[in-house]
Amino acid sequence: MASEPRIPTRMGDGFLTQMTRSEIRADIEDGIATAVKRAKVAPLADDEIEHLLDIYASPARFTGVDIGDEVVLSCDGTGMKTHATREQDMQSYEQWMGADLVELCVGDYSLKVVRTILPYEAQCLHDAQLQMVVPMQYGVMPNLGLYSKPDGPCENWSELLPQGRIDEARAAEEEALEMAVADMVKLADAMWEAGADGLDWDTTGASGDPEFLAALRATEIVRKKYPDMGVELGMAGEFVLGMHGQLEYEGTRLAGLFPREQMLLAQKAGATMFGPVVNTNTGKSAAWNMARALTLIKPCLAEAQIPIHPNVGMGVGGVPMFVHPPVDAVCRAAKAFVDILKVDGL
Amino acid sequence: MQGTHTQAAGMGGMRAAGDLVARMQMTRGMRLKEAKQYVADKLGVSPSDLSDPAVMTDVRNEFGFGRIHSYAISHPDQANFIEAKFNISRVLDIPINSVERFKERTAAPATAAH
Repeated sequence: MASEPRIPTRMGDGFLTQMTRSEIRADIEDGIATAVKRAKVAPLADDEIEHLLDIYASPARFTGVDIGDEVVLSCDGTGMKTHATREQDMQSYEQWMGADLVELCVGDYSLKVVRTILPYEAQCLHDAQLQMVVPMQYGVMPNLGLYSKPDGPCENWSELLPQGRIDEARAAEEEALEMAVADMVKLADAMWEAGADGLDWDTTGASGDPEFLAALRATEIVRKKYPDMGVELGMAGEFVLGMHGQLEYEGTRLAGLFPREQMLLAQKAGATMFGPVVNTNTGKSAAWNMARALTLIKPCLAEAQIPIHPNVGMGVGGVPMFVHPPVDAVCRAAKAFVDILKVDGL
Repeated sequence: MQGTHTQAAGMGGMRAAGDLVARMQMTRGMRLKEAKQYVADKLGVSPSDLSDPAVMTDVRNEFGFGRIHSYAISHPDQANFIEAKFNISRVLDIPINSVERFKERTAAPATAAH
């Protein structure tokens, strides 16, 4: 009896492995089942599973979407002094890399870090806008943890929680989120004055529900102050951690929300783009991770009124958690999101 | 990684019209189909043309939307950078913040009352 051929494919850590088509199918079905069980969402349809299997059960080095199906790429981190000045980096992305939009940011990427250098950042964006055509946003991650001691002024809730000092931890988180909202609005004020097209609240919720609430409240304020300013709200993970546990936005408890519910709140707050995230499991295959990511994010697409740009950088959205993600894995993630979920961008 | 996404699924930015569709998503919150249709209607092309550099190079030239620099073809007589954004703002009928700021900061100062 002829044995089933083995196909080169990737693991979530980026390394090659060999799997049969049947093994890849089994991984896809398991990835879907894991997402269904965890987030209580519907599984992918049979035709979607077959298409995903065709994408991953192929030895081709490269694949892409059909002609005419191309999507917008919201390129975060493009102006981060990778190889020249930050302005030149953004120009390189515009002129050489086909970026649909660019983003100015600092290497640390944290909101609190930018606060003290905001005038310089605004000047840099102002000057860069005169030399570029594509839209330009300013990006930060709220990174609420930096507002706690020893980096910031608030008590450290990560130290208080294990001691059972729940009320003190919650009070510290609430104090920090108020500071973050104020800093995000100051950032918006400066960047709007400098000529920014939009803002990117990236990896939102990394510090859990207080950080997500800060981003939602800041977005709401920015939308009222600057109706024409873009606000992209990108997440840190598929699940909002309940570091506080009792925080709500517009009557919805934030702890435990999955992508669909996150998107509905971002939309309500006034975001113009939403970036759902599903983290990559390095011990599972790329096909398993992709199936899980598609299943968790699919409910966003049906109800969104704003563009949905799933995050497909290192370690998210079916892309391996490796500093230089292999091309064969990255292009499959892009094609799967576009072909199967009909996303608005990546 | 950016290069891979661009080649696998991207609209190509200024090589085609990805930046124009991105503006409609970013500042108007339009979903992809709506954003492509809006831009295509304004430019008199089809939505699928918007990702095609063979079509969009001439269209960008016609509207003064800025083009990719190259040693092979220079075009110093055409609009680029902030100039191009004035044209994009007018043709797409949307305010562009940096253009509005440019106008504001280059306007003649109001005549003082005597």
